[in-house]
Amino acid sequence: MAEVTLVVDGTTVTMPDGSTILDACRALDNNQPTLCYLDNLTPVNVCRVCVVEVEGNRTLVPSCSRPVEEGMEVATDSDRVRHSRKMVYEFLASSVDLDLVDEETVAWMDHYGCDPDRYGPPADPAHDRDRRKAGHHQIGPGTEAETVHQPVKVDNELYVRDYSRCILCYKCVEACGEDAQNTFAIAVAGRGFDARISTEFDTGLTDSACVFCGNCIGVCPTGALMFRSEHELRLAGMWEEDDQTVTRTVCSYCGVGCNLDLHVQDNRIVKVTSPMDHSVTSGHLCIKGRFGYEYVQEVGDLAVTPIDDILRRARIDDRGRYPRPDSRA
Amino acid sequence: MSAEPTTAERSAVDAFLGPPTPSEDGEPAHSGDRRVAFGGYRRSMESRHMLLPALHAVNDAVGWVSAGALNYICERLQVPPAEAYGVAGFYALLSLEERPARVAHVCDDVACRTMGGAELLEGLEGRPDVHPSPCLGQCDQAPAVFFQRAGEEDTVEVGATYDRVVEVLEGGSVREVPPIAPQAGDPSLRLLKRIGLVDPTSLAGYRDTGGYQPLARAVAMGPEQVIAEVKMSDLRGRGGAAFPMGIKWEAVARSPDMPHYLICNADESEPGTFKDRVIMEDDPFAVIESMTIAGLAVGAERGYLYIRAEYPLAQSRLQNAIDLARAAGLLGEDVAGSGCSFEIEIRRGGGAYICGEETALMNSIEGKRGEPRNKPPFPTQVGLFGRPTVINNVETLINVLDIVLEGGAAFAEIGTGASTGPKLFCLAGAVARPGVYEVEFGRTLGELIDLAGGVTGSGRIGAVMLGGAAGLFVGEDHLDMPLTFEDARARNATLGSGVVLVFDDRTDFRDTSRRIAQFFRDESCGQCVPCRVGTVRQEELLARHLGGEPLDRDLFEEVARVMVDASICGLGHTASTAIRSVIDLGLLERSRG
Amino acid sequence: MFGVGGGTCSYEEIETTDVILLWGSNAREAHPIFFHHLMKGVRNGARLYAVDPRHTTSAMWADVWLGLEVGSDIALANAVAREIITAGLHHEEFIRHATVGFEAYAESVEPWTLQRGAEITGLPPEVIRRMAHDYATADQAQICWTLGITEHHNATDNVLALINLALLTGHVGRYGSGLVPIRGQNNVQGGGDMGALPNRLPGFQEIEDPVSRGKFEAVWGRPVPNQAGKHLSLMLEAMELGEITGLYVIGENPAQSEARSDHARHLLRGLEFMVVQDLFMTRTAELADVVLPAAAGWAETDGTVTSSERRVQRVRKALDPPGEARDDLHIISALAERMGRGWGYPTAEEVWDELRSLSPNHAGMSYRRLAEAGGLQWPCPGEDHPGTLFLHGDLWDDPLPRDPAPFFPTPWAPPVDELSEEYPIRLTTGRRLDSYNTGVQSGGYSSPLRTAVAIEVAPADRAALGVAEGDLVRVVSRRGSVEAPVLVDRSLRPGLAFMAVHDPDVVDVNLLTIDAWDPKSGTAEFKATAVRIEPLADGAERRSGVRSVADYPV
Repeated sequence: MAEVTLVVDGTTVTMPDGSTILDACRALDNNQPTLCYLDNLTPVNVCRVCVVEVEGNRTLVPSCSRPVEEGMEVATDSDRVRHSRKMVYEFLASSVDLDLVDEETVAWMDHYGCDPDRYGPPADPAHDRDRRKAGHHQIGPGTEAETVHQPVKVDNELYVRDYSRCILCYKCVEACGEDAQNTFAIAVAGRGFDARISTEFDTGLTDSACVFCGNCIGVCPTGALMFRSEHELRLAGMWEEDDQTVTRTVCSYCGVGCNLDLHVQDNRIVKVTSPMDHSVTSGHLCIKGRFGYEYVQEVGDLAVTPIDDILRRARIDDRGRYPRPDSRA
Repeated sequence: MSAEPTTAERSAVDAFLGPPTPSEDGEPAHSGDRRVAFGGYRRSMESRHMLLPALHAVNDAVGWVSAGALNYICERLQVPPAEAYGVAGFYALLSLEERPARVAHVCDDVACRTMGGAELLEGLEGRPDVHPSPCLGQCDQAPAVFFQRAGEEDTVEVGATYDRVVEVLEGGSVREVPPIAPQAGDPSLRLLKRIGLVDPTSLAGYRDTGGYQPLARAVAMGPEQVIAEVKMSDLRGRGGAAFPMGIKWEAVARSPDMPHYLICNADESEPGTFKDRVIMEDDPFAVIESMTIAGLAVGAERGYLYIRAEYPLAQSRLQNAIDLARAAGLLGEDVAGSGCSFEIEIRRGGGAYICGEETALMNSIEGKRGEPRNKPPFPTQVGLFGRPTVINNVETLINVLDIVLEGGAAFAEIGTGASTGPKLFCLAGAVARPGVYEVEFGRTLGELIDLAGGVTGSGRIGAVMLGGAAGLFVGEDHLDMPLTFEDARARNATLGSGVVLVFDDRTDFRDTSRRIAQFFRDESCGQCVPCRVGTVRQEELLARHLGGEPLDRDLFEEVARVMVDASICGLGHTASTAIRSVIDLGLLERSRG
Repeated sequence: MFGVGGGTCSYEEIETTDVILLWGSNAREAHPIFFHHLMKGVRNGARLYAVDPRHTTSAMWADVWLGLEVGSDIALANAVAREIITAGLHHEEFIRHATVGFEAYAESVEPWTLQRGAEITGLPPEVIRRMAHDYATADQAQICWTLGITEHHNATDNVLALINLALLTGHVGRYGSGLVPIRGQNNVQGGGDMGALPNRLPGFQEIEDPVSRGKFEAVWGRPVPNQAGKHLSLMLEAMELGEITGLYVIGENPAQSEARSDHARHLLRGLEFMVVQDLFMTRTAELADVVLPAAAGWAETDGTVTSSERRVQRVRKALDPPGEARDDLHIISALAERMGRGWGYPTAEEVWDELRSLSPNHAGMSYRRLAEAGGLQWPCPGEDHPGTLFLHGDLWDDPLPRDPAPFFPTPWAPPVDELSEEYPIRLTTGRRLDSYNTGVQSGGYSSPLRTAVAIEVAPADRAALGVAEGDLVRVVSRRGSVEAPVLVDRSLRPGLAFMAVHDPDVVDVNLLTIDAWDPKSGTAEFKATAVRIEPLADGAERRSGVRSVADYPV
């Protein structure tokens, strides 16, 4: 395969043709922030947090998807790069709930000196985001910073959608669609700041094409998509990630051999993920692998562990409805 | 979600796609004794580009797209409903909620709002069948209103009044007005020579005035020679980016990757711009002939003309021109005896400024959301349906007629050294005779305003918006600036799409700048963070200032800078330039009084 | 096949192959993650042929769906073979070099003209021809199958018919080309590999081969029986004859999973002594004299399982088992101890290391390597061996270092349970995405997709019955009857019905199925039952809320 030589931050590196600038940075152990990029998905380059400066380019370019070229000169820490990254993080932090992003993202935000508060206090959660129309919006006096805050969507027993945490990285859409599951239950709807991840007509997941593989949860970087068990435990203040063990094993159902990482708290499986770097799953599972573990720990009426009472809340209530999160203490 | 279409919705879709046949490949088995199905994944990929036209078909016939209608379209085209919903909701003119059968979109953009549009909209406020609209491309006849009518063709009322709007909403018809052609009869005109003089619906009329001689000449010359002449002409794109047309053509013509596509970008949506509309409405054959020459030159067998939905008259005249040209052997198989085949299909936008961006436009044709693509790769390499594609603006394309006839060298003599050829400008706002004006490159801004009869209103210029909302405002000190690419660049200005929107010194620029901030927020596709959030923060910053707080100029610049540096496309890159120019010219302070 | 029982390809190969025959498999629902790989292939340009009586959610993605008659697979395969030979598209060089028996095979398929194939399968001849030509002329091609091939009375012949096609075209032993049976259970491959077959020792070694046996006898210090034991169908037969009177059941639920399940239960009840070792108090366990509560192998114990691409992977203990449940390994060791033949209480790794010393295919797979590599694919004969991506590459070596691969003529025979005026509907059974087998595991979680087990019929058949969706009807076969609600499924043609197998406590589908089984594999013909459907007088009153298959997500 042909090779390409380029310079990144003054260091020369030779990469296989077809590599991206991000690949080159990684080859140099030159760590770059990413949000919408994931190794097992097609780059959509929408978050723009990985932008770098390339000599001769008028604007910054996304390192995650820009192929390397012979003689390219790349700067990953120029004033322009630092400014854009700071602003992207600030824009997101001022409009989205980023409480649950990973530590690396938090560290990058500190690194670039983000101050999301300077856009004003956050506006109140909106209840109409799913009905907003392209090309129209309401603007007040501008004294509050518009956000995507809105009520959590809880419409099934397996996972919840908290779009107050959604940075619109498109990962869930890709995992649901052509990069893995080919189900296409969700897509980006609306436009502009009102763009959102949605089923058709915002119908509930159980009425949509969703097959509950949870691959959207697996790729979500902000906790917007979450196991119902994790959601309930967090609401109850009993989600103890530091006390959890993660054990890799193989799914007990069909013969494909999907690797599972079982996240266990108080001898209860509270979440299941799959390793992104494993050739069988690339991090993706089906409904049975992701959620079909209950039979080893069926939570009866009597609480055996401290968290059983909470886990039971994910179940349908007597009227065949799901309890609303705001209706419980 | 489960929902069935109504009979009317089903018929609207079937009228467009044809009735479903039991043997239709890939359809589910249904109740027939079916043992074979073809197509599967590939069929759904191949039919995806029919999605937007199918949504239009229902929206046109019924006035909105219900869940049942969406499901039926999805079943016919094998498109997932969530995706179709995401596409439908991207376009402002497609409604996903039931609404009145007639709907008025009242322009309150920068040109119309100073010419009575704001008052008109205020008077109509509260009606469920009235919506504010971004620029409708009728700035020479402001204020304008675009009507969607379920079961009938869309239509436009210009010089609109409250009574007229209400009358049309209640079942009346719009007034037909003659074209505005302030230079009609001027023998030096090249691009506008037929406007207002030749029947735009007559192929004979077009031919009688020299039409289709360029195509004959192009066929005789052959593709390579045509491209050589275009390169020699140094014709630069008139859509705003000023990229040399010949280079695009050559790149696509030489690509071994087949098929090639040609797109005419007629999604003229830059606020203040209406030149392409005038050409398409009043000289449609020129557009079709230009596209044909381009298609043959770059080896494309199919051309798409993507026109904004707000131009119904232009669309019907173009379709008429296509039909007559095809009947005359000027389109279809063996175009004009060339041995080559070329077809043109019109695709209608759905109310989305961003679809004027070339890659967003391609996604829109492909049945996806009109989100711009990251470049590279460029459309000449990976364009429509992933194939090499030439995309040119209407005005750019029609220059090819003279280039072919007179030769590239002669064309390059017109204008200035670096800006060749004739140029159209959209004069509107506070001028005596608004309209599209054709001049050779090199005339100054002041000369152009004089050509349009000078400044009205107070008679004194407050500012001139050059190049549209993506352009910027300049003051009187720019009246001596020749309107060329090089002079504009030298003075940090832009010609953009040829907008020269004149404001007198009594204009409320606070209101104008607020409207521009609103425009960019409304029209951002929402894909990339800098633009999606930046346009919101910019509008909030401005609103705070207009509400009485001092302008946080540093923060404004920081927001502007990330949009310029890190946005995916030109919308984000230019979303603050006009507002910054208003601030820099001190127009906000001056308007406070 | 050809001496070892394993799929020849790795999953990654399907992502770049050119033609895929997905035959008797609804992988999108039954093997969803394999379908991810398959869809990557389709998106990369592979042409997909789906051979399935139902227009399943997998078949909907196919370039061509071939909705053949249930049980006509051999007819289709033979007609494809004849067309390939007649058109001169067979790989003569490969056949000459690496196979035997071609002449007899060619003769056997000679009567299978496209017209005859079309008559038996119900498919248009030109579609059979298209698949034959596409498969034969592809650079790389795979045949993937699952239970639609193997749950028939002639399962082995079905498989051989597909293997013949690969030999005919040389689509085996090369990257991207091969034969891919996708396993239904997480360790059905590993179980067989470890000797849980009546005729095999661990490492897929022949029990009747004295050399193999000798190796094990030397290590175990005991004689190993010198002839094959009985598979499950033969065991049931022996119970009927009174030859088997005691049974030790580990992790199996034959009281519900067997065809003609009422008969199976009758036989189990007649045993003198039955021990059941299971996670659950299954219907089988309820009939047992002793129940040994077991830990869940995949989450509560250590060990290995082997996937459909021959990948041996570690399972690990993440949870403490409930109550007195114990690891299977512990239970077996304790039993041995009580029987006076104790071998102590080895760890899973110690047992594995013994296996590695006896099975050359597994010799290189230490626990350490399995962990580091994310599993290894057999054969992996040494610690420095990377494992094997695809099998039978040596068929292409010159000179041929092994016995040539044999063609086996495969005569077609229709399903045993014939359609008649009395039983006019062909019932086939299978899985739903969110459920698994008899539901003892998958029943434990609340799936939003789950719907009651129903008799799924074509829209026209529902109309002909004069019942509404959800109405309760009686489904009658020559062996028994069940009541179930009616569900309309547009993927079915008239005359074809489907039932999922997941909720036998409510709808015991296996009261209907036939216990005709394949003599070689012992698998019963779950896929082809003749039934009639009778409306019930009070069927409408006893409606149940079924979820329409029309709305069932694809």
